[in-house]
Amino acid sequence: MRELLTDLRLVAAKDLRIELRSRVVANQVAPFAVLVLVLFGVALDADQRTLRSFAPGLFWMAVLFCALLAVQRSAAIEQADEAAVGLSLSGISPAGLFLGKATAVFVQLLALEVLLTGGIVVLYRSSIEDVMLLVLTGLMAGVAVAAAGTLYGAMAAGLGVRETLLPILLLPVLAPVLIGATRAFDDALGAPAVDGWTWLALLAGLAATMTIFGALAHRLLVDD
Amino acid sequence: MPVVEFRGVVALLGRFPALTGLDLTVKSGETVLLQGPNGSGKSTLLRLCSGLVRPTRGEARVLDCDLTIERQSVRRRVALLSHAGGLYDDLTVMENVAFWAQAAGLGSVAASDRVEWALHRLGLSGSLANQLVRTISAGQRRRTSLAALAVRRPDLWLLDEPHAGLDQQGRGVVDSLIREAVAAGGTVVVSSHELERTRGLSSRVVTLAGGTVVDDQPGVDHDA
Repeated sequence: MRELLTDLRLVAAKDLRIELRSRVVANQVAPFAVLVLVLFGVALDADQRTLRSFAPGLFWMAVLFCALLAVQRSAAIEQADEAAVGLSLSGISPAGLFLGKATAVFVQLLALEVLLTGGIVVLYRSSIEDVMLLVLTGLMAGVAVAAAGTLYGAMAAGLGVRETLLPILLLPVLAPVLIGATRAFDDALGAPAVDGWTWLALLAGLAATMTIFGALAHRLLVDD
Repeated sequence: MPVVEFRGVVALLGRFPALTGLDLTVKSGETVLLQGPNGSGKSTLLRLCSGLVRPTRGEARVLDCDLTIERQSVRRRVALLSHAGGLYDDLTVMENVAFWAQAAGLGSVAASDRVEWALHRLGLSGSLANQLVRTISAGQRRRTSLAALAVRRPDLWLLDEPHAGLDQQGRGVVDSLIREAVAAGGTVVVSSHELERTRGLSSRVVTLAGGTVVDDQPGVDHDA
Protein backbone atom coordinates (compact mmCIF):
# COMPACT_ATOMS: atom_id res chain seq x y z
CA MET A 1 0.00 0.00 0.00
CA ARG A 2 2.84 2.37 0.87
CA GLU A 3 4.57 1.59 -2.43
CA LEU A 4 1.31 2.19 -4.28
CA LEU A 5 0.98 5.65 -2.71
CA THR A 6 4.63 6.44 -3.46
CA ASP A 7 4.12 5.49 -7.12
CA LEU A 8 0.88 7.48 -7.25
CA ARG A 9 2.56 10.60 -5.86
CA LEU A 10 5.59 10.24 -8.16
CA VAL A 11 3.54 9.91 -11.36
CA ALA A 12 0.95 12.55 -10.44
CA ALA A 13 3.65 15.07 -9.47
CA LYS A 14 5.46 14.42 -12.74
CA ASP A 15 2.32 14.91 -14.87
CA LEU A 16 1.26 18.04 -12.98
CA ARG A 17 4.75 19.52 -13.23
CA ILE A 18 4.69 18.90 -17.00
CA GLU A 19 1.29 20.60 -17.20
CA LEU A 20 2.52 23.59 -15.19
CA ARG A 21 5.42 23.96 -17.63
CA SER A 22 3.57 23.29 -20.90
CA ARG A 23 0.29 25.00 -19.84
CA VAL A 24 -1.69 22.98 -22.39
CA VAL A 25 -4.73 22.75 -20.11
CA ALA A 26 -4.43 26.37 -18.94
CA ASN A 27 -3.85 27.90 -22.37
CA GLN A 28 -5.84 25.59 -24.63
CA VAL A 29 -8.36 23.46 -22.75
CA ALA A 30 -9.62 26.16 -20.35
CA PRO A 31 -10.38 28.68 -23.14
CA PHE A 32 -12.06 25.83 -25.03
CA ALA A 33 -14.24 25.13 -21.98
CA VAL A 34 -15.41 28.74 -21.79
CA LEU A 35 -15.93 28.82 -25.53
CA VAL A 36 -18.18 25.75 -25.31
CA LEU A 37 -20.35 27.47 -22.69
CA VAL A 38 -20.60 30.62 -24.81
CA LEU A 39 -21.42 28.64 -27.97
CA PHE A 40 -24.11 26.64 -26.16
CA GLY A 41 -25.67 29.94 -25.11
CA VAL A 42 -25.49 31.36 -28.63
CA ALA A 43 -26.75 28.17 -30.29
CA LEU A 44 -29.74 27.83 -27.96
CA ASP A 45 -30.57 31.50 -28.46
CA ALA A 46 -32.46 31.27 -25.22
CA ASP A 47 -33.45 33.70 -22.52
CA GLN A 48 -31.75 33.46 -19.13
CA ARG A 49 -34.48 31.28 -17.70
CA THR A 50 -34.11 28.57 -20.35
CA LEU A 51 -30.31 28.71 -20.10
CA ARG A 52 -30.54 28.36 -16.32
CA SER A 53 -32.64 25.23 -16.64
CA PHE A 54 -30.18 23.72 -19.17
CA ALA A 55 -27.10 24.87 -17.26
CA PRO A 56 -26.34 21.57 -15.42
CA GLY A 57 -26.42 19.51 -18.62
CA LEU A 58 -24.42 22.07 -20.57
CA PHE A 59 -21.89 22.26 -17.71
CA TRP A 60 -21.27 18.52 -17.71
CA MET A 61 -21.18 18.29 -21.50
CA ALA A 62 -18.45 20.94 -21.43
CA VAL A 63 -16.61 18.99 -18.70
CA LEU A 64 -16.72 15.81 -20.79
CA PHE A 65 -15.41 17.57 -23.91
CA CYS A 66 -12.58 19.07 -21.87
CA ALA A 67 -11.90 15.70 -20.24
CA LEU A 68 -11.34 14.18 -23.68
CA LEU A 69 -8.64 16.76 -24.36
CA ALA A 70 -7.05 16.36 -20.92
CA VAL A 71 -6.99 12.57 -21.22
CA GLN A 72 -5.52 12.69 -24.72
CA ARG A 73 -2.82 15.03 -23.45
CA SER A 74 -2.12 12.73 -20.49
CA ALA A 75 -1.67 9.74 -22.81
CA ALA A 76 0.38 11.75 -25.31
CA ILE A 77 2.94 12.66 -22.61
CA GLU A 78 3.89 8.98 -22.36
CA GLN A 79 3.82 8.29 -26.10
CA ALA A 80 5.91 11.26 -27.30
CA ASP A 81 9.37 9.75 -26.70
CA GLU A 82 8.25 6.23 -25.80
CA ALA A 83 8.36 7.03 -22.09
CA ALA A 84 5.60 4.43 -21.75
CA VAL A 85 8.20 1.76 -22.55
CA GLY A 86 10.41 3.03 -19.73
CA LEU A 87 7.45 3.05 -17.37
CA SER A 88 6.62 -0.57 -18.11
CA LEU A 89 10.27 -1.48 -17.41
CA SER A 90 10.44 0.61 -14.23
CA GLY A 91 9.52 -0.53 -10.76
CA ILE A 92 6.27 1.46 -10.82
CA SER A 93 3.28 -0.81 -10.30
CA PRO A 94 0.59 -0.71 -13.02
CA ALA A 95 -2.00 0.29 -10.39
CA GLY A 96 0.25 3.06 -9.07
CA LEU A 97 0.84 4.32 -12.60
CA PHE A 98 -2.90 4.32 -13.32
CA LEU A 99 -3.81 6.07 -10.07
CA GLY A 100 -1.04 8.64 -10.51
CA LYS A 101 -2.12 9.56 -14.02
CA ALA A 102 -5.80 9.59 -13.03
CA THR A 103 -5.01 11.85 -10.06
CA ALA A 104 -3.26 14.36 -12.32
CA VAL A 105 -6.23 14.36 -14.73
CA PHE A 106 -8.59 14.71 -11.75
CA VAL A 107 -6.76 17.80 -10.45
CA GLN A 108 -6.92 19.39 -13.90
CA LEU A 109 -10.63 18.56 -14.22
CA LEU A 110 -11.31 20.14 -10.82
CA ALA A 111 -9.67 23.38 -11.97
CA LEU A 112 -11.81 23.28 -15.12
CA GLU A 113 -14.97 22.59 -13.09
CA VAL A 114 -14.26 25.65 -10.91
CA LEU A 115 -13.80 27.74 -14.06
CA LEU A 116 -16.99 26.37 -15.64
CA THR A 117 -18.96 26.93 -12.43
CA GLY A 118 -17.95 30.57 -12.60
CA GLY A 119 -18.95 30.46 -16.26
CA ILE A 120 -22.53 29.27 -15.69
CA VAL A 121 -22.98 31.73 -12.83
CA VAL A 122 -21.78 34.66 -14.93
CA LEU A 123 -23.06 33.68 -18.39
CA TYR A 124 -26.26 31.80 -17.54
CA ARG A 125 -27.03 33.59 -14.24
CA SER A 126 -27.31 30.26 -12.40
CA SER A 127 -27.57 30.49 -8.64
CA ILE A 128 -26.03 27.93 -6.32
CA GLU A 129 -28.58 26.68 -3.76
CA ASP A 130 -26.65 23.80 -2.19
CA VAL A 131 -22.89 24.36 -2.13
CA MET A 132 -22.10 21.05 -0.41
CA LEU A 133 -24.01 19.01 -3.00
CA LEU A 134 -22.38 20.97 -5.81
CA VAL A 135 -18.85 20.41 -4.45
CA LEU A 136 -19.35 16.70 -3.71
CA THR A 137 -20.90 16.13 -7.14
CA GLY A 138 -17.94 17.86 -8.78
CA LEU A 139 -15.53 15.68 -6.82
CA MET A 140 -17.30 12.34 -7.41
CA ALA A 141 -17.97 12.95 -11.10
CA GLY A 142 -14.41 14.21 -11.50
CA VAL A 143 -13.03 10.99 -10.03
CA ALA A 144 -15.23 8.85 -12.29
CA VAL A 145 -14.35 10.80 -15.44
CA ALA A 146 -10.62 10.86 -14.62
CA ALA A 147 -10.54 7.11 -13.85
CA ALA A 148 -12.47 6.00 -16.94
CA GLY A 149 -10.65 8.54 -19.10
CA THR A 150 -7.20 7.41 -17.98
CA LEU A 151 -8.01 3.75 -18.62
CA TYR A 152 -9.55 4.32 -22.05
CA GLY A 153 -6.85 6.88 -22.92
CA ALA A 154 -4.16 4.26 -22.29
CA MET A 155 -6.15 1.69 -24.26
CA ALA A 156 -6.63 3.99 -27.26
CA ALA A 157 -2.99 5.14 -27.16
CA GLY A 158 -1.90 1.51 -27.32
CA LEU A 159 -3.93 1.10 -30.50
CA GLY A 160 -2.25 4.16 -32.03
CA VAL A 161 -5.50 5.94 -33.02
CA ARG A 162 -6.25 7.86 -29.82
CA GLU A 163 -7.55 11.12 -31.33
CA THR A 164 -10.39 9.52 -33.23
CA LEU A 165 -11.10 6.42 -31.19
CA LEU A 166 -11.09 7.85 -27.69
CA PRO A 167 -14.41 9.77 -27.86
CA ILE A 168 -16.16 6.74 -29.36
CA LEU A 169 -14.84 4.49 -26.58
CA LEU A 170 -15.14 6.89 -23.68
CA LEU A 171 -18.33 8.90 -24.08
CA PRO A 172 -20.74 5.91 -23.93
CA VAL A 173 -19.01 4.70 -20.76
CA LEU A 174 -19.41 8.14 -19.21
CA ALA A 175 -23.12 8.46 -20.08
CA PRO A 176 -24.23 7.32 -16.57
CA VAL A 177 -21.84 9.88 -15.03
CA LEU A 178 -23.29 12.60 -17.25
CA ILE A 179 -26.83 11.71 -16.22
CA GLY A 180 -26.06 11.41 -12.50
CA ALA A 181 -23.96 14.59 -12.35
CA THR A 182 -26.56 16.57 -14.29
CA ARG A 183 -29.38 15.48 -11.98
CA ALA A 184 -27.33 16.21 -8.85
CA PHE A 185 -26.40 19.62 -10.24
CA ASP A 186 -30.09 20.25 -11.04
CA ASP A 187 -30.77 19.97 -7.32
CA ALA A 188 -27.70 21.98 -6.31
CA LEU A 189 -28.73 24.78 -8.67
CA GLY A 190 -32.28 24.85 -7.32
CA ALA A 191 -34.34 22.74 -9.71
CA PRO A 192 -37.47 21.47 -7.94
CA ALA A 193 -38.48 17.79 -7.56
CA VAL A 194 -34.98 16.33 -7.94
CA ASP A 195 -33.23 14.51 -5.09
CA GLY A 196 -29.61 15.34 -5.85
CA TRP A 197 -28.23 13.32 -2.93
CA THR A 198 -29.58 10.07 -4.38
CA TRP A 199 -27.85 10.85 -7.66
CA LEU A 200 -24.70 11.74 -5.73
CA ALA A 201 -24.75 8.27 -4.16
CA LEU A 202 -24.90 6.79 -7.68
CA LEU A 203 -21.94 8.96 -8.69
CA ALA A 204 -19.95 7.80 -5.66
CA GLY A 205 -20.61 4.19 -6.67
CA LEU A 206 -19.55 4.88 -10.24
CA ALA A 207 -16.39 6.67 -9.08
CA ALA A 208 -15.39 3.77 -6.82
CA THR A 209 -16.18 1.15 -9.47
CA MET A 210 -14.32 2.93 -12.25
CA THR A 211 -11.27 3.58 -10.06
CA ILE A 212 -10.99 0.00 -8.81
CA PHE A 213 -11.70 -1.51 -12.22
CA GLY A 214 -9.22 0.88 -13.87
CA ALA A 215 -6.46 0.05 -11.39
CA LEU A 216 -6.96 -3.67 -11.97
CA ALA A 217 -7.43 -3.49 -15.75
CA HIS A 218 -4.44 -1.22 -16.29
CA ARG A 219 -2.13 -4.15 -15.49
CA LEU A 220 -3.33 -5.92 -18.65
CA LEU A 221 -2.53 -2.87 -20.77
CA VAL A 222 0.95 -2.44 -19.27
CA ASP A 223 1.68 -6.16 -19.62
CA ASP A 224 1.20 -6.06 -23.38
CA MET B 1 25.64 -18.49 -15.06
CA PRO B 2 23.47 -17.72 -18.12
CA VAL B 3 21.64 -14.39 -18.01
CA VAL B 4 19.91 -15.01 -21.33
CA GLU B 5 18.90 -18.48 -22.57
CA PHE B 6 16.89 -18.74 -25.78
CA ARG B 7 16.18 -22.02 -27.54
CA GLY B 8 14.16 -22.13 -30.74
CA VAL B 9 12.52 -18.81 -29.94
CA VAL B 10 9.95 -17.46 -32.37
CA ALA B 11 8.57 -13.95 -31.87
CA LEU B 12 5.94 -12.28 -34.02
CA LEU B 13 5.49 -8.55 -34.58
CA GLY B 14 1.87 -8.57 -35.63
CA ARG B 15 1.92 -11.37 -38.18
CA PHE B 16 5.53 -10.80 -39.19
CA PRO B 17 7.96 -13.38 -37.76
CA ALA B 18 10.72 -11.08 -36.43
CA LEU B 19 12.59 -13.93 -34.73
CA THR B 20 12.52 -17.36 -36.36
CA GLY B 21 13.82 -20.13 -34.13
CA LEU B 22 16.61 -18.18 -32.45
CA ASP B 23 19.15 -19.88 -30.19
CA LEU B 24 21.32 -17.68 -27.97
CA THR B 25 22.99 -17.90 -24.57
CA VAL B 26 24.56 -14.90 -22.85
CA LYS B 27 26.55 -15.47 -19.68
CA SER B 28 26.84 -13.11 -16.75
CA GLY B 29 29.53 -10.46 -17.24
CA GLU B 30 29.61 -10.75 -21.02
CA THR B 31 29.37 -7.85 -23.45
CA VAL B 32 27.67 -9.15 -26.58
CA LEU B 33 27.57 -7.15 -29.79
CA LEU B 34 24.60 -7.87 -32.05
CA GLN B 35 25.23 -7.10 -35.69
CA GLY B 36 23.28 -7.68 -38.86
CA PRO B 37 21.41 -5.86 -41.59
CA ASN B 38 18.29 -3.78 -40.99
CA GLY B 39 15.33 -6.04 -40.26
CA SER B 40 17.49 -8.93 -39.08
CA GLY B 41 15.81 -8.94 -35.66
CA LYS B 42 18.34 -7.08 -33.47
CA SER B 43 15.87 -4.61 -31.97
CA THR B 44 13.23 -7.30 -31.50
CA LEU B 45 15.78 -9.49 -29.74
CA LEU B 46 16.60 -6.63 -27.33
CA ARG B 47 12.89 -6.03 -26.67
CA LEU B 48 12.40 -9.77 -26.11
CA CYS B 49 15.27 -9.76 -23.58
CA SER B 50 13.59 -6.84 -21.77
CA GLY B 51 10.27 -8.66 -21.45
CA LEU B 52 8.43 -6.23 -23.72
CA VAL B 53 7.90 -8.83 -26.45
CA ARG B 54 6.29 -12.16 -25.66
CA PRO B 55 7.89 -15.25 -27.25
CA THR B 56 5.41 -17.07 -29.47
CA ARG B 57 7.29 -20.39 -29.40
CA GLY B 58 10.44 -21.85 -27.88
CA GLU B 59 12.13 -21.65 -24.51
CA ALA B 60 13.07 -18.17 -23.31
CA ARG B 61 14.64 -17.37 -19.95
CA VAL B 62 16.18 -14.08 -18.85
CA LEU B 63 17.77 -13.56 -15.41
CA ASP B 64 16.43 -16.97 -14.44
CA CYS B 65 12.83 -16.00 -15.22
CA ASP B 66 10.60 -17.66 -17.80
CA LEU B 67 9.56 -14.97 -20.28
CA THR B 68 6.21 -16.59 -20.96
CA ILE B 69 5.03 -16.19 -17.37
CA GLU B 70 7.44 -13.91 -15.45
CA ARG B 71 7.96 -10.93 -17.71
CA GLN B 72 7.19 -8.41 -14.94
CA SER B 73 10.03 -9.78 -12.80
CA VAL B 74 12.45 -9.44 -15.72
CA ARG B 75 11.40 -5.89 -16.57
CA ARG B 76 12.42 -4.49 -13.21
CA ARG B 77 15.96 -5.82 -13.56
CA VAL B 78 16.82 -4.75 -17.09
CA ALA B 79 17.42 -1.36 -18.72
CA LEU B 80 16.60 -0.83 -22.39
CA LEU B 81 17.95 2.03 -24.46
CA SER B 82 15.86 2.08 -27.63
CA HIS B 83 15.86 4.49 -30.58
CA ALA B 84 13.50 6.78 -28.65
CA GLY B 85 14.97 8.08 -25.40
CA GLY B 86 12.00 7.81 -23.01
CA LEU B 87 12.37 11.43 -21.90
CA TYR B 88 9.84 14.11 -21.00
CA ASP B 89 10.41 17.29 -23.00
CA ASP B 90 8.93 19.59 -20.34
CA LEU B 91 11.11 18.33 -17.52
CA THR B 92 14.73 19.34 -17.02
CA VAL B 93 17.61 16.93 -17.55
CA MET B 94 17.94 16.49 -13.79
CA GLU B 95 14.18 16.05 -13.24
CA ASN B 96 14.08 13.36 -15.93
CA VAL B 97 16.96 11.39 -14.43
CA ALA B 98 15.56 11.85 -10.90
CA PHE B 99 12.13 10.63 -12.02
CA TRP B 100 13.54 7.41 -13.44
CA ALA B 101 15.68 6.91 -10.33
CA GLN B 102 12.64 7.21 -8.07
CA ALA B 103 10.59 5.06 -10.46
CA ALA B 104 13.18 2.33 -9.87
CA GLY B 105 12.23 2.42 -6.20
CA LEU B 106 15.18 4.40 -4.85
CA GLY B 107 14.52 6.52 -1.78
CA SER B 108 15.01 10.24 -2.10
CA VAL B 109 18.52 10.27 -0.55
CA ALA B 110 19.80 7.32 -2.57
CA ALA B 111 18.14 8.70 -5.70
CA SER B 112 19.75 12.09 -5.17
CA ASP B 113 23.23 10.54 -4.83
CA ARG B 114 22.76 8.35 -7.90
CA VAL B 115 21.39 11.23 -9.97
CA GLU B 116 24.35 13.39 -9.08
CA TRP B 117 26.72 10.56 -9.98
CA ALA B 118 24.97 9.80 -13.29
CA LEU B 119 24.81 13.44 -14.37
CA HIS B 120 28.51 13.86 -13.62
CA ARG B 121 29.39 10.57 -15.31
CA LEU B 122 27.54 11.44 -18.51
CA GLY B 123 28.81 15.01 -18.63
CA LEU B 124 25.45 16.57 -17.83
CA SER B 125 26.32 18.47 -14.64
CA GLY B 126 26.20 22.21 -14.21
CA SER B 127 23.75 24.47 -16.01
CA LEU B 128 22.88 21.72 -18.50
CA ALA B 129 21.23 19.72 -15.71
CA ASN B 130 18.66 22.47 -15.24
CA GLN B 131 17.76 22.88 -18.90
CA LEU B 132 14.48 21.57 -20.25
CA VAL B 133 15.02 18.48 -22.38
CA ARG B 134 13.16 20.11 -25.29
CA THR B 135 15.96 22.72 -25.50
CA ILE B 136 19.00 20.42 -25.59
CA SER B 137 20.74 18.78 -28.58
CA ALA B 138 20.17 15.23 -29.85
CA GLY B 139 23.49 14.09 -28.39
CA GLN B 140 22.68 15.58 -25.00
CA ARG B 141 19.28 13.85 -25.11
CA ARG B 142 21.03 10.54 -25.78
CA ARG B 143 23.34 11.08 -22.81
CA THR B 144 20.34 12.00 -20.63
CA SER B 145 18.64 8.74 -21.63
CA LEU B 146 21.79 6.81 -20.70
CA ALA B 147 21.96 8.64 -17.36
CA ALA B 148 18.33 7.66 -16.72
CA LEU B 149 19.30 4.01 -17.29
CA ALA B 150 22.54 4.22 -15.32
CA VAL B 151 20.82 5.37 -12.11
CA ARG B 152 18.92 2.08 -12.04
CA ARG B 153 22.12 -0.03 -12.01
CA PRO B 154 20.40 -2.90 -13.86
CA ASP B 155 21.58 -6.49 -14.01
CA LEU B 156 21.18 -6.57 -17.79
CA TRP B 157 21.84 -3.60 -20.09
CA LEU B 158 20.15 -3.70 -23.49
CA LEU B 159 21.51 -0.93 -25.71
CA ASP B 160 20.17 -0.25 -29.20
CA GLU B 161 22.59 2.01 -31.08
CA PRO B 162 23.96 3.70 -27.93
CA HIS B 163 26.46 5.81 -29.90
CA ALA B 164 23.85 7.28 -32.26
CA GLY B 165 23.94 11.07 -32.39
CA LEU B 166 26.91 11.38 -30.04
CA ASP B 167 30.14 13.27 -30.69
CA GLN B 168 33.56 11.72 -30.16
CA GLN B 169 33.65 12.64 -26.47
CA GLY B 170 30.13 11.30 -25.91
CA ARG B 171 31.03 8.02 -27.58
CA GLY B 172 34.01 7.66 -25.28
CA VAL B 173 31.75 8.23 -22.27
CA VAL B 174 29.37 5.49 -23.49
CA ASP B 175 32.29 3.07 -23.95
CA SER B 176 33.55 3.65 -20.43
CA LEU B 177 30.01 3.36 -19.05
CA ILE B 178 29.67 -0.07 -20.69
CA ARG B 179 33.02 -1.17 -19.26
CA GLU B 180 32.03 0.05 -15.79
CA ALA B 181 28.71 -1.78 -15.99
CA VAL B 182 30.47 -5.06 -16.74
CA ALA B 183 33.12 -4.43 -14.07
CA ALA B 184 30.28 -3.92 -11.57
CA GLY B 185 28.87 -7.36 -12.40
CA GLY B 186 26.40 -6.39 -15.09
CA THR B 187 25.83 -7.95 -18.50
CA VAL B 188 25.54 -5.91 -21.68
CA VAL B 189 23.89 -6.74 -25.00
CA VAL B 190 24.44 -3.99 -27.53
CA SER B 191 23.17 -3.58 -31.06
CA SER B 192 25.23 -1.24 -33.20
CA HIS B 193 26.17 -0.35 -36.73
CA GLU B 194 29.40 1.16 -35.37
CA LEU B 195 31.09 -2.21 -35.62
CA GLU B 196 34.73 -1.27 -35.20
CA ARG B 197 34.09 0.81 -32.12
CA THR B 198 31.75 -1.68 -30.44
CA ARG B 199 33.82 -4.77 -31.31
CA GLY B 200 36.56 -3.33 -29.14
CA LEU B 201 34.23 -3.50 -26.15
CA SER B 202 32.70 -6.89 -26.83
CA SER B 203 33.53 -10.33 -25.54
CA ARG B 204 31.34 -11.85 -28.29
CA VAL B 205 30.04 -10.77 -31.67
CA VAL B 206 26.72 -12.35 -32.68
CA THR B 207 25.46 -11.92 -36.23
CA LEU B 208 21.74 -12.07 -36.97
CA ALA B 209 20.02 -12.52 -40.31
CA GLY B 210 16.40 -13.33 -41.01
CA GLY B 211 15.54 -13.41 -37.32
CA THR B 212 18.05 -16.03 -36.27
CA VAL B 213 21.73 -16.30 -35.26
CA VAL B 214 23.96 -17.05 -38.26
CA ASP B 215 27.37 -16.45 -36.66
CA ASP B 216 28.77 -16.28 -33.13
CA GLN B 217 32.45 -15.30 -32.69
CA PRO B 218 34.67 -14.19 -29.81
CA GLY B 219 35.09 -10.40 -29.68
CA VAL B 220 38.21 -8.28 -29.33
CA ASP B 221 37.66 -7.95 -25.57
CA HIS B 222 37.28 -11.74 -25.26
CA ASP B 223 39.98 -12.18 -22.63
CA ALA B 224 39.15 -9.07 -20.63
